[in-house]
Amino acid sequence: MPLLTATLPHNSITGASGITAKSAAPKRLVLACGALVYELVELIKHNPELDEFIDLQCLPAHLHNTPQLIAGEVDKYLDQHAADYQSVFVAYGDCGTAGALDTVLEKHKAERLPGAHCYEFFAGAQNYQDIVDKELGSFFLTDFLVKFFDRFVIQGLGIDRYPELKDEYFKHYTQLVYLAQTEDPQLQQDAKRHAEVLGLAYRYQFVGFDGLAPATALDSIKVQHVPA
Amino acid sequence: MSEQEDDFELADLDDKELVEQIQDDLYDGLNDEVFEGVEILLGRDWDANDILGDALVGGMKIVGEDFRDGILFVPEVLKCAGAMKQGMGLLRPILANSSVDLSLGKFVIGTVKGDIHDIGKNLVGMMLEGAGFEVIDLGINNPVENYLEAIDEHKPVIMGMSALLTTTMPYMGVVIEELDKRGMRNDFHVMCGGAPLNQEFADAIGADAYGRDAARSAEMAQTYAKSVQAA
Repeated sequence: MPLLTATLPHNSITGASGITAKSAAPKRLVLACGALVYELVELIKHNPELDEFIDLQCLPAHLHNTPQLIAGEVDKYLDQHAADYQSVFVAYGDCGTAGALDTVLEKHKAERLPGAHCYEFFAGAQNYQDIVDKELGSFFLTDFLVKFFDRFVIQGLGIDRYPELKDEYFKHYTQLVYLAQTEDPQLQQDAKRHAEVLGLAYRYQFVGFDGLAPATALDSIKVQHVPA
Repeated sequence: MSEQEDDFELADLDDKELVEQIQDDLYDGLNDEVFEGVEILLGRDWDANDILGDALVGGMKIVGEDFRDGILFVPEVLKCAGAMKQGMGLLRPILANSSVDLSLGKFVIGTVKGDIHDIGKNLVGMMLEGAGFEVIDLGINNPVENYLEAIDEHKPVIMGMSALLTTTMPYMGVVIEELDKRGMRNDFHVMCGGAPLNQEFADAIGADAYGRDAARSAEMAQTYAKSVQAA
């Protein structure tokens, strides 16, 4: 499976190495879900010294819709590249792999983000649980999913081809919760429109992306919070 | 399918061709055509059970295999299920009034607590019905109490639990533990299923069987229920 590195905003990384280049010195590999790459790039941009120590690579975001493939793809990548690094961090939650990803990480002595999925580590475990406890029928979107709603939700679920399936998929959902990484009025407007398309109530919560911090946590560097 | 191939009347096909055509139409998710095909077979005095087994369940088995092999995806399978539902709608009242009891018994099925996903469960339910079970569907978000009440009321041959989320699937273990505590664990067969599950998980929570897809689940349930009836 090809990596998405060619589509990454290469110039947004300070320093000569860029996010795909490797320096001679061994580094930490951060192998991320493509749906997290914008935030990770921002985090590294905001903490330029991280670029010396981190190689950010990502797997295609569409794996989000096929969780059964995630563990195998991570394993394949790490089999080829993990030995080139001092440490490996996989920027995924469990992401529907039901522990299969953890088995792969154990093999490669790698760590991952805490929690079941990106909604949980972005929102924070307790906050996420509170939302779900209050409203079980919560359908979550992040910045990435708001931007690529048509591709990942409408096309991903086949609603573009079979509009009548929308009700089948969403009949038990009651609200769309936009867990925002950035405070962007345009994205908020888009998310509201997506909620209307799905026939769901709209709820907005800014959560930022501090939840990604473990991916870039290095003993030698104090990582700065990225302001909204 | 080409336009030329489309240009025929279902009623002009002989029985064998028509059954194959219904299977094809079901595969293509063509509700009206499946309905019409079933109607024609009934008009030819076909037994409702044979129509169900040969045309509808037979068609869904092909769908299940192609889903497993990555040829079909969830949206297409849902379209197929919708077409099967059309055919079932015609057959259900006839089967219910049949003097011959072909029932394999009751199957209580439900999505576990904390989970609102039921697409897979509904598909399994439909296949179970096709396989000859009376399906008691508890719906979504079921705490252990709902399963216990349904077991008490319906005395099922099999109880099935479904979950789509890795966060909710451990609740299946909670239900099985409760059955165990109450000394009910061996009164019936317990099956589990759902996208993130696997055989290892089913073994770990002490389920009797793991159904990897709807068609396979129905086959496994059928085999078990027949073995009970034969005993």
